[in-house]
Amino acid sequence: MTSYAEGKRVLQGGSFLLEDHVPEDVFTPEDLTDEHKMIGQTAHEFTEKEILPLDAEIEAKDYKLTRELLRKAGELGLLSIDIPEKYGGAGLDLLASLVSAENMSGQASFSGSLGAHTTIGTLPIVYFGNEEQKKKYLPRLATAELVGAYALTESGSGSDALAAKTKAVLSEDGKHYILTGQKMWITNAGFADVFIVFAKVDGDKFTAFIVERTFPGVSVAPEEHKMGLHGSSTCAVNLEEARIPVENVLGEIGKGHQIAFNILNIGRLKLGVSSIAGVKRLNTIAVEYARQRNQFGVPISSFGLIKHKLAQMAILGYVSECMMYRTVGMIETAMATIDRDDPRQALKAIESYAIECSIMKVFGSEILAYTTDEAVQVFGGNGYSKDYPVERAYRDARIARIYEGTNEINRLIISGQILRRSSKGELGLFQAAKNLMGEMLSPSMPEDLSDGVFAQERQALANCKKIAIAALGSAAQKYRDKVQDQQEVLAAASNILISIYGMESAILRTEKLVASRGEAACRNQIDATRVFANDAVQHIEAEAKTALAAMSEGDELRMMLATLRRFTKFIPVNTVALRRQIADSLVEAGRYNL
Amino acid sequence: MKICVCLKQVPKKDSILRIAQDQKWIDERDISYEMSEADAYALEEALRQKEAHGGEVIVISMGPERTRQSIKEALAKGADRAIHLDDPIFEQATDAAGIGRAIAAALKDEGCDLIMTGLQSDDHGFGQVGLIIAERLGMSSATIVMEVQIETGSVRVKRELESGWFQWVRVPTPAVLTIQSGINQLRYATLKGIMSAKKKELREVKAADLNLTADDLKPLQSIERAYVPEKSKQTEFIEGKPAEIAARLVEKLRFDARVF
Repeated sequence: MTSYAEGKRVLQGGSFLLEDHVPEDVFTPEDLTDEHKMIGQTAHEFTEKEILPLDAEIEAKDYKLTRELLRKAGELGLLSIDIPEKYGGAGLDLLASLVSAENMSGQASFSGSLGAHTTIGTLPIVYFGNEEQKKKYLPRLATAELVGAYALTESGSGSDALAAKTKAVLSEDGKHYILTGQKMWITNAGFADVFIVFAKVDGDKFTAFIVERTFPGVSVAPEEHKMGLHGSSTCAVNLEEARIPVENVLGEIGKGHQIAFNILNIGRLKLGVSSIAGVKRLNTIAVEYARQRNQFGVPISSFGLIKHKLAQMAILGYVSECMMYRTVGMIETAMATIDRDDPRQALKAIESYAIECSIMKVFGSEILAYTTDEAVQVFGGNGYSKDYPVERAYRDARIARIYEGTNEINRLIISGQILRRSSKGELGLFQAAKNLMGEMLSPSMPEDLSDGVFAQERQALANCKKIAIAALGSAAQKYRDKVQDQQEVLAAASNILISIYGMESAILRTEKLVASRGEAACRNQIDATRVFANDAVQHIEAEAKTALAAMSEGDELRMMLATLRRFTKFIPVNTVALRRQIADSLVEAGRYNL
Repeated sequence: MKICVCLKQVPKKDSILRIAQDQKWIDERDISYEMSEADAYALEEALRQKEAHGGEVIVISMGPERTRQSIKEALAKGADRAIHLDDPIFEQATDAAGIGRAIAAALKDEGCDLIMTGLQSDDHGFGQVGLIIAERLGMSSATIVMEVQIETGSVRVKRELESGWFQWVRVPTPAVLTIQSGINQLRYATLKGIMSAKKKELREVKAADLNLTADDLKPLQSIERAYVPEKSKQTEFIEGKPAEIAARLVEKLRFDARVF
């Protein structure tokens, strides 16, 4: 596949806060190759023709059918995008994998089964398996002859995954590890054949194992009764002195955390992409309904408050797509500089974008929550009924904020990683904070706006980055090595970072679009970016106030707030008019059209 | 068996169509394109015949750079090679005569046993290009083909007639068949196919290669004005006993509304 990354500069993970990225740096959906588009088309057609018509059966937990559909997807190559060619896969890039995930997310339960299989169920073996393990399992996972699952969580250890109690003890003959414990909330457990199970060897060395369903001592508990995703299987997996051959230890003993956490970065990205696809799809469903539902003699899509909702869903869909493709583009560019055949190098490259992966997980799942909630609202009373699709979407979406690392854990990762990398000298946050101090103490001079479509937004973006630098710099200075205890401050800083990443990604993609198509052809995208940036400045100001008030008081706080005012000067744009314009365009098109 | 499939790229079905300012055609900005539906069935039929009888499937398409996306899709689905008529001069050919002339010129030396096209394209819907190619190349032809049985020196085809009637005819080869939508089940492009398509031959042909000039392709037909169909509302009440009303309604639906 033609690599997008050739000739691009490698941008460090987290560098968006401290450097200015330019439109040429960012990958956008418009940059997809013909091959990527065709993969997307195959995935889309497969979902439309093979999966959606069987929605009712899937939701009724017909797992035989789910397996059959996975097998059919495997025949087309849709399960093996990330598996190297040597082991029966297509060995394609992460973009191909995400384009496919985006297009296969139409039926949420099936999408969950598919994601658990291809990502967290298969990738640990791709990245950490030895030659024998890869040869044995990957070709059969590629075709769904074997279905994969990932068993990390326990009843007492969710977010605190390393506190797992499942134990592994080497048998006397040294041929097996005897695993004892119970894993909870395991997606695909009802029908999976292979589980990536985490257990502590001798009670302290956190280690991953490839556990087959048929190994003695392995059993699967009955299905959990979940709020949503009824068609995806979720059960506990019991390990009662389960005998796991020593050759099924995955990676190194005591290094299981590397597998557990690194695989989750890709999982987060994929969850982000399917959430974004959900937002766009629900936007279309809400638009269609609002067009045909009449009240007071007119379609409800003609009311300002409904237009606001329809437009806001589309704005969030657009901005998140900008963030997602930018993130994947950065990872692809980094991957182009390493030996792709060395999975550890690949994983390290992905790991360096953990901040962006967590941003995508949090932002994606939360805009999905907003969209499902407002879609129910657009449907009114009907939205509360099981007879309409938004009721289910509302329930199905709720888990997205919980799994693949709760949004709370991911928020701690976002700002925590920036601070950690800065103290290691990998990111220049502290120097930037120091420089900023000098600027803050000097008198405020009126700034000249740059040229271009987003003159005001660009200036606001630069100022918001300063706010983030000041907040994080102050937190590091005040709390030093105890900063992890200040979760609320860290979360406020993460919220600022998420807004900055969104604002910048939208500005960069839209500028790139304007350069190629001209302003007139990008009206919606320009309006969406302006509205998002306008709101982002307000959110950032509020979050910064929360953080600053928690960190300082008296004169110090007053000085900080005065500086904040200086950095949040922004003439509000007429978001009412812009949202109405976007909504009118959506209603005319009858669907999400950004 | 050498089969050539003519593909046309047309605006996607879910596109929002706006009339262009000159009112001659639609505004093509911001539109996504796809393979015309009947052509996709023609391609599928050709691939199936190749799988059954061996041989080669060539795809040919005329259009700007974007057309390559549909050509590549055909290669990904299994066509062996492709010819792309890509030249601003070909843009002159906006009617069936010009398109047919250019394609026939490009296929003149290919020696195809069969040429398959969709019955008609989803945009212009001329339904003539296939027949013009047949005339120009001196090949026999059959239209609205529902089923294809290859024989030695001929092909037996089932044609769709009106009112649910069909006709089986034997056509000597080489022949042009215009294929009806829905006659087979379309395959997906597999990932393997998508990746291997990159290695297949995609030959770009200019008008000069075919000794064609803009004058040669000058349209004989032109669109005077494009406009959105005008909608009108008319309500008619049918009076009488329920049985009479039902009978009258069926008659109206069948002959006036033509819904069945």
